[in-house]
Amino acid sequence: MTGLDRKENFIRAVLLLTAFSAVSVLAVITVFIFAEGTPIMFRRGVGGFLFGLNWYPGEGRFGLLPMIVGSLEVTLGALLIGVPFALACAVVLTEFSSPRLRNILKPVIELLAGIPSVVYGFIGVVVLVPFIRETFGGPGFSVLAASIVLGIMILPTVISISIDALQALPPSYREGALAMGATRWQTVRMVLLPSARSGIVASIILGMGRAVGETMAVIMIAGNAAAVPRTPLDPVRTLTSNIALEMSYASGEHREALFATGVILFVIIMVLNTLANASSSRRARGKRG
Amino acid sequence: MTGIRVREVSHYFGPVRVLKNINLAVEKNEILGVIGPAGSGKSTFLRSLNRLNDLVQGSRTEGMIEVDGRDITRPGTSLVELRRRLGMVFAVPVPLPRSIYENLAFGPRLAGVRGKEKLDALVRYGLEQTALWIEVKDRLHQSALKLSGGQQQRLCIARVLTLKPDYILLDEPTSGLDPVSTMKIEDSLRILKKDYTIILVTNNTKQAARVSDRTAFFLAGELVEIGPTERIFTAPADRRTEDYISGRFG
Repeated sequence: MTGLDRKENFIRAVLLLTAFSAVSVLAVITVFIFAEGTPIMFRRGVGGFLFGLNWYPGEGRFGLLPMIVGSLEVTLGALLIGVPFALACAVVLTEFSSPRLRNILKPVIELLAGIPSVVYGFIGVVVLVPFIRETFGGPGFSVLAASIVLGIMILPTVISISIDALQALPPSYREGALAMGATRWQTVRMVLLPSARSGIVASIILGMGRAVGETMAVIMIAGNAAAVPRTPLDPVRTLTSNIALEMSYASGEHREALFATGVILFVIIMVLNTLANASSSRRARGKRG
Repeated sequence: MTGIRVREVSHYFGPVRVLKNINLAVEKNEILGVIGPAGSGKSTFLRSLNRLNDLVQGSRTEGMIEVDGRDITRPGTSLVELRRRLGMVFAVPVPLPRSIYENLAFGPRLAGVRGKEKLDALVRYGLEQTALWIEVKDRLHQSALKLSGGQQQRLCIARVLTLKPDYILLDEPTSGLDPVSTMKIEDSLRILKKDYTIILVTNNTKQAARVSDRTAFFLAGELVEIGPTERIFTAPADRRTEDYISGRFG
């Protein structure tokens, strides 16, 4: 009896420790980034960081606006390209395909998530960048190239979470609409998609987080010029690329400025995750009501 | 040739035969009660009439089901049109997560009805027929999910009525409701009988006795007996019917 209790307590302690260390690693990272990044922001003025147009670390000028705009543009582009495909795919897989087709396609889509991002970047460099250069002009390394590749990279995230959202709907919604003489497409458009809206929104936000955070593929195909792009064919540098490109040789204030870049990235990702959580918990509440 | 004629109908889910050689007829403007224990095939029977069973993989019907003279088991049948003519109400009320008005206007909109006046009239018609109009007329644009369970179920019946179907199929419509709500729905059914033909599948034997004109008793996929409700409940021809309605099993 007491032996069992002791064993139970021991296991509990071990599990608690494991859980706690995972969380504390996250806490340490957070504290570290903020401790390294925020002093320079306040010393030089947050406004200068957020809205400065010039990034010349050698001259002590740390304007992050080109990278912030770059990240947002590339992410938005990725969503514009990826989300329609992803939603169409999720709808086809849940509503219009035979179980056999679904069983073939779903693992393939999930496999997309397992391909290392450097491979996406490689394909981008070899195929997409020359194609854009020859077809539309410009250097080819561009917002457009990065958006297309990221659009493909977010597909598995958006598709699989949207599928979950659609499949989680009670079958009675589907039956109810069909029994009222709705066609399959009407059922999807007027009942299923609106009812699964919060789950779908969550999937898009998570895909967005993936697009904001992606580094390697973007470095390889975006061109990385630290200037606000004027057209989608101009090169662009994102926040993540900025850190990855310069961290290896940065020191002093330059290094601090890169941590400040990390702080901004961190805040953006936190906001997106919070939105995603809020959206999916609204879904859970809606179901109960 | 009006009404529904079911001839030698067997239904299979994969290898399982859920309905066995069903033969029956539903006449215009009657309420046919369908009773039987759980798993007797009564819901499958109902769903074979509007071919909702088609949603189930490996589902297959043998035999012939004529609705107003046309065999609806044939491949070319327009399911959309069929399901508009045979409106269905489920055991669990499923209002769409929208306003009361939108729930009722949904079906007509699908069917291509446009124009606020026409839609308003249909919404009002549905609500009046189910005695909901007085209860909700001042909050038509509130969420339908805020209604009580009984109101939600009447809303679902009203929603079916807005399509002006010929038949109403009810699949245990009061199984989750309190006695007062049940009574209100039964009252509605008696009124609706004037304009519609109703097939009422119910777990509640007494409900069939209260509202249906004729009653069919299903057991293990077979139609044991069908006849005027009064006779089924006072002088059943089959021993199994008698056992079931007297509460010896089921």
